[in-house]
Amino acid sequence: MKTLADAQHTITPAPAPSEGIRKRKRTELKYGLLFASPVLLGYLAFVLGPLVITFALGFTEYSMVGTPKFVGLDNFTRLFTGKEPLFYDAVVSTFYYVMVSVPLGIGFSFVLALLLNSKIKGRAFFRGLFYLPVIIPLAASSVIWLWMLQPDFGVVNYVLGLFGVPKIPWLSSDSTVIPTLILFSLWLTGNTMVIFLAGLQNIPSHLYEAIEVDGGNTLHKIWYITLPMSSSIIFFNTVIGFVNAFQTFVQPAVMTQGGPNNASYLIVYYLFKEGFQFTKFGTASAAAFLLFLIILLCTAVLFKFSDSLVYYEGQERGK
Amino acid sequence: MKLRAFARRLALYVILSLGGLLFVFPFYWMLRTAFMGMDGLFQIPPAFVPKSFELDNFVEALSSNPFGRYFWNSTVVTVLSIAGVVLSSSLCAYSFSRISWTGRDKVFGFILTGLMLPFFVVMIPHFLGWKFLHLTDTLVPLIAPAWFGGGVFNIFLLRQFFLTIPRDMDEAAKMDGAGHFRIYWNIIMPISKQSLIVIGMLTFLANWNDYLAPMVFISSEKNYTLMLGLTLFQGTYSAQWHLMMAATAIIVLPSLIVFLIGQRYFVEGIAMSGVKG
Repeated sequence: MKTLADAQHTITPAPAPSEGIRKRKRTELKYGLLFASPVLLGYLAFVLGPLVITFALGFTEYSMVGTPKFVGLDNFTRLFTGKEPLFYDAVVSTFYYVMVSVPLGIGFSFVLALLLNSKIKGRAFFRGLFYLPVIIPLAASSVIWLWMLQPDFGVVNYVLGLFGVPKIPWLSSDSTVIPTLILFSLWLTGNTMVIFLAGLQNIPSHLYEAIEVDGGNTLHKIWYITLPMSSSIIFFNTVIGFVNAFQTFVQPAVMTQGGPNNASYLIVYYLFKEGFQFTKFGTASAAAFLLFLIILLCTAVLFKFSDSLVYYEGQERGK
Repeated sequence: MKLRAFARRLALYVILSLGGLLFVFPFYWMLRTAFMGMDGLFQIPPAFVPKSFELDNFVEALSSNPFGRYFWNSTVVTVLSIAGVVLSSSLCAYSFSRISWTGRDKVFGFILTGLMLPFFVVMIPHFLGWKFLHLTDTLVPLIAPAWFGGGVFNIFLLRQFFLTIPRDMDEAAKMDGAGHFRIYWNIIMPISKQSLIVIGMLTFLANWNDYLAPMVFISSEKNYTLMLGLTLFQGTYSAQWHLMMAATAIIVLPSLIVFLIGQRYFVEGIAMSGVKG
């Protein structure tokens, strides 16, 4: 039956192909949606829906018992006017941590990648060494560092002591806790380093040879070739770095419980405590939504910024 | 000139070796402490090589908590998540790369925005949703998301790869009367084995090492994953660092083994995400 219909279509010239194409388009659409249905449903159930709910809960007071009570902008005004001191602590410590650890991490891993990109034996081995901390469960490595950083019996202070460095309180003083977490984050930059390294290996060597012909040295090569050619990857890593750093949770949860004096009460830890320990879902949702906006804003600024700084191959600057 | 080049290379090796040593030292220190008795813990100067190798700490750490139970829970979550991610993200990537349907690329662009949404923004609605379904304090919330697309990032990676597979293969199969499911399963999936392994490995890490999601969804100890179990140890063993380190070493081991087996895939996968993205 079907074949007969098809045969007839091929005989009548004008409307036939369009009909066939339309039919084919319909089946393609059907299969396309069918194959994509897991992520389409997932996007609704795990992304879009929850985002709307977070936004809505931000205007309520809700602690799991009964139904959410609408309170208007109350949560937001309390967050903004400092009536939630913990939120204030969380924002301050998070910004301190993010603004220092991301640029430092980018610089550190870029230099590391440059070193690994020179002609050395055993590059894969070294790369593995520097990458290793990334694959270890963060909760486990946090415990290890907690032990090594004990002020009195930790091995770090002991070794530093051999060089005459006085005991550093590391995680147990509110002035050193964030710097310590920043140093810890440098130990975890393996991902960034590997991405940089892959990018460096893609830079065509004739560019460097040109500099050599002109009598330039290593610094010239880095400044005129490596940095411009890596700018898009630096940008990518910076964006990812920011988004990830904002989400730091394990370190305060395992190492410091937000202390001492709330100095390491990073924002996700705050959200977790506020939501699941104190069951203040309303306040936590309002704070979560605000934070999401902040992250989007930071990313937008980075993108804006990148227009003038990032060089994409085959594209003129500033376009 | 030659001497300078030599000195430079030497300096490079020295810097890299010292740096590498610094990066792996914590794991050495963990093992050293795990093999030590309580008495050596707070000794100054610390012994850099333990005087005796005792396995007692491991035995005690393993028997003090239902470690086997945590291990089993972590394994269930990780294995089922990997299966879900590999199947569902490849199905979706196939749709976004090899079926040409109206509005496909717009929908894909829209879905990519999901990359920008951190888990903490939506964790309260997620919790309330699972609570509504009476599924909190089960392993379901930790597994289910993997079966719904398996993360936008994985779809993105696989799509990049699928786009490089020549179209002729599909066309030839279509001539033979194969439908999309046959092409997907018999042609695209076997060719993409490498990429699928990369994604499986990344999923292993993400799930095995995850801390926040189990903290949010799991409340009773019998459903704890290994990472949550570790916090229990922290509570019971405060200041008994030799036992803490023994427990930590046991937890670190599976990740380490997976890494050693699949180092190449990890590094390739990470590099792929940055350079092509």
